[in-house]
Amino acid sequence: MQLAYYPGCTIKASARQHEQAALAILRALGVELREMAEWNCCGVVHTLTSANLIRHMAPVRVLARLRQQGAHEVVTLCDMCFNTLARANLLARQQPEQFAAISASTDSELRYDGDASVLHLLQVLRDRVGLAALRARVRRPLRELRVYPYYGCKLLRPSTVGIDDPEIPTLLRDLLEALGATVIEGHLQTRCCGAYQAVDQPELVAERVTATAAQARAGGAEAIVLSCPLCHFNFDTLQPRNGAPLPVFYYTQVIGLAFGLEPEELGLETRQIDQLPPLRQRDRAQAKGGAA
Amino acid sequence: MSMTIRADSQANELLQTVEALSGQRLAACYQCGTCAATCPFVAAMDLPPDRLIQQLRFGLPGVLERRAFWVCVGCDSCAERCPRAIAVPRVMEALRLIAIRERGDRLAVAQLPAATLRDLPPIALVASLRRNTG
Ligand code: SF4
Ligand code: SF4
Repeated sequence: MQLAYYPGCTIKASARQHEQAALAILRALGVELREMAEWNCCGVVHTLTSANLIRHMAPVRVLARLRQQGAHEVVTLCDMCFNTLARANLLARQQPEQFAAISASTDSELRYDGDASVLHLLQVLRDRVGLAALRARVRRPLRELRVYPYYGCKLLRPSTVGIDDPEIPTLLRDLLEALGATVIEGHLQTRCCGAYQAVDQPELVAERVTATAAQARAGGAEAIVLSCPLCHFNFDTLQPRNGAPLPVFYYTQVIGLAFGLEPEELGLETRQIDQLPPLRQRDRAQAKGGAA
Repeated sequence: MSMTIRADSQANELLQTVEALSGQRLAACYQCGTCAATCPFVAAMDLPPDRLIQQLRFGLPGVLERRAFWVCVGCDSCAERCPRAIAVPRVMEALRLIAIRERGDRLAVAQLPAATLRDLPPIALVASLRRNTG
């Protein structure tokens, strides 16, 4: 299976390990991501007022380029890119007159009529590859590993573009259970982490990630597993430093570990593996077995 | 004691501008408070979303001085649950836009510490600029 791929800025900057892990697990599953020959920033947030229509141009330009490059669907790993591209796409389908007006004021390169599909990698794994195929590829089941899946906002809301039930999603749980992990859940899994407030109101983010990590820990979780590079940054940097913060992993890295891939292939440092007692014990046992 | 409140939309210019920018009709809100009960950041707001809407409708002064709409991060939790299908995040964005038009940008990149700029994921910085500057 081959799919066009839109990385977005953050995947190429602070979330390289997510891309590395994604490409590794997809190789193992026989899926090839073909990065778009040319792409620009998606604009990151969907414009919410009627005053700044021009700001819809960034995501639309991405989709217009995709069509020019001969593709009908595009995969992204970043939740914010996914949300912004999918909402612009919806607008292009539902209110083509708005786009005609914007296009008229720019160059003709930007003709786009909403005929592309935007996919999140999690949709590809669930709906194209299938969780059964994922389970079949597991070489080192994550038994004994207790994880708390965190969905955040952009995978789920607004429900017009969300990829799972906005109130009671099951996608990450199903995926992690397919890998053999024990899943700990709670109502804060779908509550916002504070997102970009990390820039100048980090106290808002700190309060949210602290509460969410506390819920995860109270349920017995040893790690938080998530998808969004901004959630990752917030949980990674703004959990309280007194007491051990819960380690944070991309789902792609956890899938890779279950596939038996090496931590280096997944952008994981030994330090991060050491934070997961069941994996550490397993690695030690294997090292011993290897030496014997 | 009696008090007269004029819910006169002609005179309420701010309400009209907010409705035009957001595409939302605030008369539809029936003040159930679901948005406030849902919002993960309501504790940091100086006025919960339902009361912000009420003050806008009554044309009460001081709405643009509030912090609430700078706290709102557009997580869409309230919008998913509002029984009147009001997109509160759009109302918040309209208020930000009006405040920025009147008083200028709320955030200056040049004033952020260099370490913050280096470590932040690009999506955080761009999103913050999009929400806090004109
Ligand atoms: S949830 Fe909707 S109807 Fe209820 S108070 Fe909030 S905006 Fe008004
Ligand atoms: S969109 Fe804004 S007001 Fe609504 S729940 Fe989220 S942060 Fe609160």
